[in-house]
Amino acid sequence: MLPASTDVLVIGGGNAGMCAAIAAREAGADVVLLEHANKSMRGGNSRHTRDHRVMHDEPTATMVESYSEEEFWQDLLRVTGGNTNEHLARMMIRKSRELLDWLSARGVRYQQALSGTLSLTRTNAFYLGGGKAVLNAEYLTAERLGVEIFYDSQVTAIDITDGHATSATVVNRGFTYTINARAIVVASGGFQANEQWMKEVWGDAADNFCIRGTPYNRGVVLKDLLSKGADPVGDPSQCHAVAVDARGPRYDGGIVTRLDCVCFSIVVNNLGRRFYDEGEDFWPKRYAIWGRLLAQQPDQIGYAILDSKVLHHFMPSVFPSISADSIEELARKIGIDEQALAHTVSEYNHAVVDGSFDKAVLDNCSTRSLDPPKSHWALKLDTPPYFAYPMKPGITFTYLGLKVNDEARVLFGDGSPSDNVFATGEVMAGNILGQGYCAGTGMTLGSVFGRIAGEHAACCRN
Amino acid sequence: MLSELERETARESDAVTEARRVMQICNACRYCEGLCATFQSMVRKREFPEPELDYLANLCHNCTACFHVCPYSPPHLIDLNVPQSLTALRVETYEKYAWPGFLATLLRRNGLAVSMVTAFSLSLVLVLVIVLRDASVLFSSHVEAGSFYEVIGQNVMIAVAGGTFGFSILAMFIGVVRFWFSTQRSSRVRVGIGSLLRALWDVVTLKNLGGGHNEGCTTRDESYSNQRRVFHQFTMWGFLFCFVSTSVAAFYDHMMGWVAPYPLLSVPVVFGSLGGLGLLIGPPGLLWVKLQSDSRPMLLRHYGMDYAFLALLFFISLTGLLLLALRETSAMGIVLAVHLGFVLGFFLLMPYCKFVHGIYRFAALVRFHGKPVG
Ligand SMILES: Cc1cc2nc3c(=O)[nH]c(=O)nc-3n(C[C@H](O)[C@H](O)[C@H](O)COP(=O)(O)OP(=O)(O)OC[C@H]3O[C@@H](n4cnc5c(N)ncnc54)[C@H](O)[C@@H]3O)c2cc1C
Ligand code: SF4
Ligand code: SF4
Repeated sequence: MLPASTDVLVIGGGNAGMCAAIAAREAGADVVLLEHANKSMRGGNSRHTRDHRVMHDEPTATMVESYSEEEFWQDLLRVTGGNTNEHLARMMIRKSRELLDWLSARGVRYQQALSGTLSLTRTNAFYLGGGKAVLNAEYLTAERLGVEIFYDSQVTAIDITDGHATSATVVNRGFTYTINARAIVVASGGFQANEQWMKEVWGDAADNFCIRGTPYNRGVVLKDLLSKGADPVGDPSQCHAVAVDARGPRYDGGIVTRLDCVCFSIVVNNLGRRFYDEGEDFWPKRYAIWGRLLAQQPDQIGYAILDSKVLHHFMPSVFPSISADSIEELARKIGIDEQALAHTVSEYNHAVVDGSFDKAVLDNCSTRSLDPPKSHWALKLDTPPYFAYPMKPGITFTYLGLKVNDEARVLFGDGSPSDNVFATGEVMAGNILGQGYCAGTGMTLGSVFGRIAGEHAACCRN
Repeated sequence: MLSELERETARESDAVTEARRVMQICNACRYCEGLCATFQSMVRKREFPEPELDYLANLCHNCTACFHVCPYSPPHLIDLNVPQSLTALRVETYEKYAWPGFLATLLRRNGLAVSMVTAFSLSLVLVLVIVLRDASVLFSSHVEAGSFYEVIGQNVMIAVAGGTFGFSILAMFIGVVRFWFSTQRSSRVRVGIGSLLRALWDVVTLKNLGGGHNEGCTTRDESYSNQRRVFHQFTMWGFLFCFVSTSVAAFYDHMMGWVAPYPLLSVPVVFGSLGGLGLLIGPPGLLWVKLQSDSRPMLLRHYGMDYAFLALLFFISLTGLLLLALRETSAMGIVLAVHLGFVLGFFLLMPYCKFVHGIYRFAALVRFHGKPVG
């Protein structure tokens, strides 16, 4: 049974919402957290994450060397092309420094440097067991502190006048309730799992997208607030999209369906034609453009074609590759025209110039007079068996969100901050990541603004 | 042309196929790398031929942590259950590598097999006493040195105990050698004294029941607890102490000619009592933990094997301690016979019950700490 009222109502039980709920409860407020998913699917996209990005001045148990505010800021500036808010971004960066301790004290564990296999990085701290382990710890902590958590509870609307919220409408197992709240924290993620909304932006192509994360991030609260005067931020027509294995599930495929083989392959569409320079730059710098590239191809599908020489150069992926002893047979197996693929491959093979292959650098293996070119890591496809991976666009998140200030207060109308509506996480990520993405920022931003939102929301009860 | 892997796949069991699917998915994820040796070993591979999977299955300590942190656990479509899949395969490997082959079926309905063999041993000992001695020895008290042998003759005891124990040791040795060479053929590692010591340290500390941060494993739900590790320590050390006690006693008896029963402060009695206490606490504790565990990552049809083994250890120790307490009374004879019945059952069953988990897991840990060759 849902309570009739509470001090702080948190909408969404991903990392951002959990941090807000914990912070508000620790500040003394009564907190209710509503999560649309059931217990086994709780935790939104956060449960698919691996690490978060934190600044630190010196090596820690889980991070090497140091990563300064300035460096972090420059990294953000570069990926967003300046489409960010320096004041908010720098505040987030500075506060990220406290996160390792704050989260550790609340049960989150990080990977230590183990003998040999694990390489720790300078910029990102790796969660022990990944994002779902983080969420488990956060839920256990929240429960212990007395946060009231309700699953299967979707917020459909917020009652709001002039930026002041009074209550939220919730559907819980088919029944509708109203919960009065002194403050509301919105942490309900983006809208990528809203098929209709995605179609409005992308047209029918959206039917062929995979949504990499939770099927529950449908932007219901985001749309509701935008329609009630909240200020938007971020490009409404953009989403973060990568190449995923086309055989993966429509929703929630998570990390395992991503494909890292593009640099070592040629990628053709279902007409058997190449359409982009596969070796333009290192994969971490290019993986996020391939979702969009695939979205522009017929039926939104592509095939990475490789031969036996390069098989060990990339991370294995979830499904076995499709293999064949000749290019023609491979074409038959993946259902594209044999001649077309054979032609593309021989054209490409002719254009490859000899170089010395080195995946660690932008090497000199490239093509001559081929359109589009392959600028690096171009090796002839000549060593059977040949392999193919079918690829689709996989949507990580959408960019459109709620504009906030440095107290995580949602801005309404003319940029005036709400006295009791707050936002954190993906739903306000556009303030800092107006475009582009910097690995590990999503979780950092959710934790930092979650804490801030929770602390300020707790004050609204007085 | 079929690759070697494909040919192997054609005749492998469902447990192997599922373990391979699971490991391939994990290898594309690797989030659990910090949790345990299984994942740290898995990430070094791209392909998983059957012996490699046998090895990984035995490296897994079934702590279930990875089930609770995996976003693909059921009800997810990908339906990933690493602990359950590896347990299914692990139990199969006990059968696969068991020697002699025809006794491997004992491992299939193991709960039943252990009960029947134990019942058989208990009866056998009683029958031997009655046939070779006289039923009355069961009911009279014997206090002087050598009195145990009045119940069961020295030669019979040595022949039966030594014979079964020796056979079981040989059977287990052959089993683990088969396991070792099968995995070595698949991919070679070089091991030395260092790997052995590190593996021993992992066993002594039960490191892989620590969840990667030494806070224990998941049992009831996604929270961590060291309960299972603690009770396993009681059980393992209890068993080892009993083993020391028995070995020393055998040494006293055959080499030194000092005949049981031994004084209270002798090595056999002190180690035996401490070990016995460990086995009184450990197995029921493990049972208690098991009964309240979240069953989703567990393999329920494997429970028979676990229960039977825990019960056997418990009764050996209970009767052993009773023997110590009652050895100066007229109940000694019958308690001794019952105790020896359980011990005989255990000797017979060692290679064909859960006991082997320790042997294979230790071999897997040694391999884990070895250096890959080539
Ligand atoms: C495969 C994948 C890997 C990623 N890896 C990383 C990484 O390694 N590091 C990183 O920093 N970021 C990563 N990200 C991005 C990261 O997941 C997000 O930035 C972050 O999780 C956002 O947290 P959040 O709490 O705002 O949203 P979420 O975690 O998505 O939580 C939103 C929650 O709100 C609930 N909800 C939605 N609507 C409603 C409603 N109307 N009523 C009630 N509840 C509702 C949902 O059920 C969900 O639980 C990854 C994303 C994906 C998809
Ligand atoms: S168990 Fe799940 S989270 Fe862990 S490595 Fe495997 S796929 Fe990843
Ligand atoms: S159950 Fe525990 S020991 Fe086994 S693979 Fe999972 S984390 Fe490792």
